[in-house]
Amino acid sequence: MSRPRIALAAAAIAAAGAASALGTGAAAALGAAPVPAAAIGAAALAAVQDAPADSLPPVVVASKPFGESFLLMEIMAQALEARGIAVDRRPGLGATEIAFRALREGAVDVYPEYTGTGLVAILGEQPASDEVAVFERVRRAFRERWGARWLSPLGFQNTYAIAVRRETAERYALRTLSDLAEVSGELRAGFSPDFIGRSDGLAGLEPVYGLAFRDVRALLQAVKYQALAEGAVDVIDGYSTDGQVARYDLVVLEDDLGFFPAYEAAPLVGRRLAETRPAAVAALESLGGALDEATMRRLNRRVEVDGEDLAAVAADALRALGSRETAERAAASGGAGSGDSADARPAGRRGRGSLLAYLWERRAALGRQAGRHLLLVLVSLFAAVAVAVPMGLVLERLRGGAEGVIRGVGLLQTIPSIALLAFMIPLLGIGVVPALVALFLYALYPIARNTYTGVRDASPAAVLAGRALGMTPSQLLRQVRLPLAAPVIMAGVRTAAVISVGTATLAAFIGAGGLGDPIVAGLALSDTRMILSGAIPAALLALLVDFGLAAVERAVRPPGVGEPVP
Amino acid sequence: MRETGAQRYPWRGGGATGARVPCGGALGRIGGGVRGTHGSMHSPREGAPTTASRQGASAGSPASRDGGAVALEARGVSHSYGDVRALDGADLRVARGESVALVGESGSGKTTLLRCFNRMVVPGQGEVLVRGAPVAGGDAVALRRTLGYVPQEGGLMPHWSALRNAALVPALRAEPDARERARAALEAVGLPPAEFADRLPRDLSGGQRQRVAIARALAGDSDIVLLDEPFGALDAITRADLQEQFATLAERRGLTILLVTHDLQEAFLLADRVAVMRAGAIEQDAAPAALREAPATPYVRELLRRARVSA
Repeated sequence: MSRPRIALAAAAIAAAGAASALGTGAAAALGAAPVPAAAIGAAALAAVQDAPADSLPPVVVASKPFGESFLLMEIMAQALEARGIAVDRRPGLGATEIAFRALREGAVDVYPEYTGTGLVAILGEQPASDEVAVFERVRRAFRERWGARWLSPLGFQNTYAIAVRRETAERYALRTLSDLAEVSGELRAGFSPDFIGRSDGLAGLEPVYGLAFRDVRALLQAVKYQALAEGAVDVIDGYSTDGQVARYDLVVLEDDLGFFPAYEAAPLVGRRLAETRPAAVAALESLGGALDEATMRRLNRRVEVDGEDLAAVAADALRALGSRETAERAAASGGAGSGDSADARPAGRRGRGSLLAYLWERRAALGRQAGRHLLLVLVSLFAAVAVAVPMGLVLERLRGGAEGVIRGVGLLQTIPSIALLAFMIPLLGIGVVPALVALFLYALYPIARNTYTGVRDASPAAVLAGRALGMTPSQLLRQVRLPLAAPVIMAGVRTAAVISVGTATLAAFIGAGGLGDPIVAGLALSDTRMILSGAIPAALLALLVDFGLAAVERAVRPPGVGEPVP
Repeated sequence: MRETGAQRYPWRGGGATGARVPCGGALGRIGGGVRGTHGSMHSPREGAPTTASRQGASAGSPASRDGGAVALEARGVSHSYGDVRALDGADLRVARGESVALVGESGSGKTTLLRCFNRMVVPGQGEVLVRGAPVAGGDAVALRRTLGYVPQEGGLMPHWSALRNAALVPALRAEPDARERARAALEAVGLPPAEFADRLPRDLSGGQRQRVAIARALAGDSDIVLLDEPFGALDAITRADLQEQFATLAERRGLTILLVTHDLQEAFLLADRVAVMRAGAIEQDAAPAALREAPATPYVRELLRRARVSA
């Protein structure tokens, strides 16, 4: 039984792989029909513009799923495009583990990373506050271990920051954390729960500065700034380049004793790009020291708070760096870089007009994303049905050990999807194929379980009579047990399909596209409408898929089954 | 019209379908009528203590010693489900054309013994023969297609019409006239095909479903029919009606019947001989009259008393 199962899975994966290999705009290959023409057109335009680089593959520029990372990715991408280097944007890769694995495996060429993250999350060492030492440490270690290169830091740190209202700072003449320590007995603090407990957070900070607040409350990120602005608390923790700091006109107090770990931002470049593309490395290297904390806070505010277009903000930032010509070229080629990344950069300012108008305006992109989403779900679902139904039948025949095997398949369900996606990067890279495999694995359990249970419990009296009157096991299976189990099996397929529609939104974290793209981008950019523009179609898609499968169920449900026999 | 169908496809094993039945000779009904007297094979007196059936067999007429005259035979059959001893040296002989009821309380092993004959149960020890041939080692599927079977509550395929259910056995044997046989069988059990052929089990009453189950057992022209509490789930009136009609049908076709029932009234009504089972063995095997007159053990007496069938 295992041979056809493996063959089917392989066929499904091969088909998906072939589809994704059709072009750099992987979206085009698997997306709706009208898209390839547009994507190919855009690619052709880019090729004409970037004539010197047309023999080289595009540089894959990625980001992690939060606003500042999106913005830095866009700045790096435009800096490359300004030098005629073709770029493939992969915004929103699901956090450090996935982004770095993708870089290590060569699926991504460059993404913005923080030295402290490299030290703590990737190298697994203790946080340190000496920024020069930290940079040297990660630079050497990454080069030795993975051939990856940290380019010159961009000029700012995004580390923990302690902030107060401007009027508080003025009243107590606060400039540094040492100043704060002297009056801390009069102030109420609101900190994130994790910051309170961490040794590189409040737990370590208090003894170093001798802080003793009148009151310390745990506040979630979402309400912290509001609480501070309204005077419910006087001191909060935040991130040093957070756009909200600029929005609420807060004062970030200087870490004068150098307690907080260093989190300098810098382009992190993969081995292949570092070794073979000196022009691209030079373009990225030119960004070194270009962005200080105040600048970054302002840029973040424009994107996250004011809802300005990412590409426009990035172009402004590059323009401010000096080369006017550079910025203009970047702006001119900004829309032609890749099909999918345009979705993360909606035209014009956000935040105006109704949600419906917004959805209508983005209908083409949403249609393409929904098409990709549906394809991810259906391809993985068909493969799962092809594997899990025979698996359920075999297990039902074996009986002994069946529960164990099904529980084993069920264990797959407990692997967090992000972790599963991360595990697969070394084997399958990023993009459509690992997403299909992950969705396939998640769909196995409900289908196998329902097949097993449905066939096992199908009308025992009828099965007994059939056997006693001379039906062979295979006749019983085909003529009696499978038809009678069909409604239960279909219920499993429907469960798997609806879960799959939801899980497929996570495919955006590994660059597989779909309706997760606007959700991830919207989350990163604090853009509720963008989130909804992915979430609402995803919900509708779930209903649609369930509705379609209900029709299939009606078609396969044999007469006389499904209603209780009187 | 249906009658012609029934005549074209007589149910008797010795008729047109003799080829399918290994020992198809029409030996007639050894035990007489369905509820009638009991012939030479079994005198009431011989139906005494626990080994009655074997004694009866060996002391019977010459025909009973001939394997061809014995439709079903179990010799010293024992079987366990795990630690539970379901059969413990059970002996039983059912002559061709005879009707035997297995009675006893739940867990006495009667269903297990019945299932030994169509090899739904392969006993741990002992020998089981059908039409004189050992069941073990043969082709179980082929054997089952020659034995009618009526389980409790029918066990009809819920997604098949009455006709398709009734046609199961001839269809399994790939007989081209399977549907005609099924129609005739439905007619014979009192379900005119014009009205009932296309109905699904859920659209039939409990009694009608049981009739379809009987039609299914007959449509394959089996000369032997095994019934496992076939009327147990029916209301009293429907049950009496169906028992009556089934007795007539079995009589007319000269069927060999092995009937499992917990209902002694039913056993006395339908069977030539009643075998009382207890703890996996036959406690007493005798004609109804003999059983009533001379219960061999206190257990049998108690059973009769409880069922209010004793004299």
